[in-house]
Amino acid sequence: MEIPNLVGAGLIVIGAGVGLGKIGGSAMDAIARQPEAAGKIQTAMIIIGALLEGLAFGALILGKN
Amino acid sequence: MYLCAKFQDCKIKKVSKMVFNKQFLKNSLTALIVAVPLISFANSTQDSVHGGEEAYHTAKLEKHGEQHETAHEASPAEKINDHISHHLQDAHEFVFFSDEATDEHFGFPLPVILFDNGLKVFSSAKFNHGESIAEADGNYYKLFHGKIYKTDAAGELPLDEHHHPKNAMPLDFSITKNVVSLLLTSLLIFLLFSSLAKGFKKKGPNALPTGFNRVLEPLVIYVRDEIARPNIGEAKYKKFMPYLLTVFFLIWTLNLLGLTPLGINVTGNIAVTVCLALFTFVITQFSANKEYWGHIFWMPGVPVPMKIVLAPIEILGMFTKPFSLLIRLFANITAGHTVVMGLIAIIFVAKEQLTVGGSIGTSLLLTLFISVIELLVAFLQAFIFTMLSSLFIGMAVQEHEHHHDHSHSHGHDHHTEDPEIPVI
Repeated sequence: MEIPNLVGAGLIVIGAGVGLGKIGGSAMDAIARQPEAAGKIQTAMIIIGALLEGLAFGALILGKN
Repeated sequence: MYLCAKFQDCKIKKVSKMVFNKQFLKNSLTALIVAVPLISFANSTQDSVHGGEEAYHTAKLEKHGEQHETAHEASPAEKINDHISHHLQDAHEFVFFSDEATDEHFGFPLPVILFDNGLKVFSSAKFNHGESIAEADGNYYKLFHGKIYKTDAAGELPLDEHHHPKNAMPLDFSITKNVVSLLLTSLLIFLLFSSLAKGFKKKGPNALPTGFNRVLEPLVIYVRDEIARPNIGEAKYKKFMPYLLTVFFLIWTLNLLGLTPLGINVTGNIAVTVCLALFTFVITQFSANKEYWGHIFWMPGVPVPMKIVLAPIEILGMFTKPFSLLIRLFANITAGHTVVMGLIAIIFVAKEQLTVGGSIGTSLLLTLFISVIELLVAFLQAFIFTMLSSLFIGMAVQEHEHHHDHSHSHGHDHHTEDPEIPVI
């Protein structure tokens, strides 16, 4: 059975959404615990978010063809 | 130093008051900027409304060869898809907008430079927007989906089963739309930053910069203090600053340029991002120290069988890092452009359901919303690219054992001060 690409794209987006949510939530927790370290936490959050995003986009582009 | 900072603060406040008081000007400018992308969609559905005109148009296209063999009654959605994919591609001409009813294009041609048994240079006006065959020194060339193919006088382009022409492609070194934008951006950056450098030379490092330099200097310092220093390390960051600054400002400027209605999509072109990532890759590999290679080929501190397993993974990691860099930038910008254009297309798709005014209002609101997010993304992608580049370079140049007692003993005061961590 052939699974349409759109299903794969949807799965990727769900996975990326869960991942981004976890990153953001943990970062919020961390900032709430240590507001002084907000800058460092934000930078790390953005880096990890970007890595995740790169993965998701890569999968989307590879899946599109 | 403190006085200087205070003075600067006052000055900036004064200046900002002066500039931003003109509320009306600001508002109308914003409205103009928001409305201007609509131009690129102007007239795009006129033909489907008038059946007779459409038939005329189709006939006209068929006359121009098999290139538009799919030019049946194109629905608005299909036309919008075509428009978006056309926008995302590079082009041999600069077309700002075109009138489909009269088949007029407003823009200017660019030089085509081909290497095909000798250099062939001619203007892309010869292609007549892909509708006619260009002739240069007895050779015939034709445009097919933005790419130049060699053909004969009749313009034969036999297609294979994947809808790609079987004709040969000459080596294309043309000054395309992206090349022009890249050159212009480089020139702009060069002028801005050489003036900044000149200002520094003239007044010394502690003087207050004037004019637009006041915007640029904090950005340069931001890249230095937030991106290069923490990631590469105090000892070696200076060597990589020129590259990081160039990449940061180039990507940022190109991203912002992509948000204007000029129809430029440079950082959304995979060739450009591949090139940028390749620079990072080469710089990382060539500035790497012994420890970096040791960690790749013979990981210290793990048993020998593990070392053998880890080596291929680490070698793969060498290539996946720049690969993720290039995919991220390319996909983000492409996705951004697609979303913005798709939201503008709401005007034409939802015209019947929402009435003309309603569809324009919806589209305008959504486009404004996404455009603001894209402004953030434009900065974020430049930041992330620079950040990860410096992170990769930092991994390659840092000396892990001696790093700590080195930088902490006589490093900068605000970096060694750890914030007080409350005990919970």
